[in-house]
Amino acid sequence: MALAALFSRDIKIALRVGGGALTGVLFFLAVITLIPFALGPDLALLRRIGPAILWLGALLASLLALDRLFADDQADGSLDLLLTGTTPLELVVATKAIAHWITTGLPLVVVSPVLGLVLNLEGDAILVVFVTLLVGTPALTFIGVIGAALAATLRRGGLLLPILILPLAVPVLIFGVSAANAALIGPVPFGAPFAILCALTLFSMVLGPFAAAATLRHGAE
Amino acid sequence: MSLIDLANPTRFSSLAGRVLPWLAAATLILFAAGLYLAFFVAPDDYQMGAVVKIMFIHVPNAWLCMFVWGVMSVASLGTLVWRHPLADVAAKAAAPLGAAFTFLALVTGSLWGRPMWGTYWVWDARLTSVLVLFLMYLGIIALWRTVEDPSRAARAAAILTLVGAINLPIIKFSVDWWNTLHQPASVFRVGGPAIDKSILVPLLVMAIAFTLLFVTLHLAAMRTEILRRRIRTLRLMQAHGARA
Repeated sequence: MALAALFSRDIKIALRVGGGALTGVLFFLAVITLIPFALGPDLALLRRIGPAILWLGALLASLLALDRLFADDQADGSLDLLLTGTTPLELVVATKAIAHWITTGLPLVVVSPVLGLVLNLEGDAILVVFVTLLVGTPALTFIGVIGAALAATLRRGGLLLPILILPLAVPVLIFGVSAANAALIGPVPFGAPFAILCALTLFSMVLGPFAAAATLRHGAE
Repeated sequence: MSLIDLANPTRFSSLAGRVLPWLAAATLILFAAGLYLAFFVAPDDYQMGAVVKIMFIHVPNAWLCMFVWGVMSVASLGTLVWRHPLADVAAKAAAPLGAAFTFLALVTGSLWGRPMWGTYWVWDARLTSVLVLFLMYLGIIALWRTVEDPSRAARAAAILTLVGAINLPIIKFSVDWWNTLHQPASVFRVGGPAIDKSILVPLLVMAIAFTLLFVTLHLAAMRTEILRRRIRTLRLMQAHGARA
């Protein structure tokens, strides 16, 4: 099937070229390392804001890796082939987004427990952050795919892509951190913001491919 | 002249040019009436005193910042679905106006919050979602300026406007869904307005005045944008001709 071939091709390219997968994790590590330098070694403070820092780092690392989604395909012309092909463009975009999440978002999630230790988080805090990131990073990828499609149609995007995606990603960040903190301290039960986070992910998995496909179609000259 | 003739930029520009002085005059009259009602007729608040009159500027601006995004969304549908020739001109002209109204709503609200709540800013649902709306306005304006060809920029901006329209119900219902410092809805709510007529009438007059201000500025900006595109086309033709 065409989509399966596209999926395995994307995964192979992402793992081989050595670009996206590992640099996202390294940027995540860099952000998490920089913040204690800025805040000072106050361990109690780091433990309290640890979930928020982990979420922020994951969000920024996701945003920076997004332009990789369509850039290579546009450079070598395969994006044009996908646009003129018979496979529905929405499914193509969804498949690429899933492959992108597996190679970029999932490594961030896997690395987050280690970074949680660096920030002096407890075991249950690390688990909760892991779960919320696991559920929330697909939302970041699928919302980001709209911006990535836009950046592919622009000649010089620059910093425009994160600026456009950031307002849409804010709810994911808010509910992700709220769920992580709720399980640790808050009076609000964990279930409510976590359910909304799941809803945001599912909603973006539908909205993102449609909007991105429309952008690619209309943006192609 | 039927409505379809308005799709012609020249006809639209000339009609807008004829209508603009009347709209501007109506705006001025309504502002005069609204400000008079607000400052001399509406009573002071028993707790806040005269500070409550910031509401007559703050609330219409807040209503308008959402209304303008709605106008941009309809214009975006016009671009994507009906391919209306002037829809993208309308969307591009509305974006800076909407950003200005959002900025004014945030600033006047902040100035009102200082005496009323004791703080210039708080990260509750209403203020945060309006701030996000402001960022989205700025992002749309940046997008218009990034793409060289106006019609390509139009399609990209149209999609992003429609995606961002999801923020409008979030802003409207944020005071109902979350426990916010910002007060709940007092006018557009189930059960009718909760404020007295002596305050409601000046508020509605000011709201209509601000809306007419937006329509006036919007039509003027659309005419300017049409002229701007004509100049761009002429420059391109000149550059092509110079090569020959």
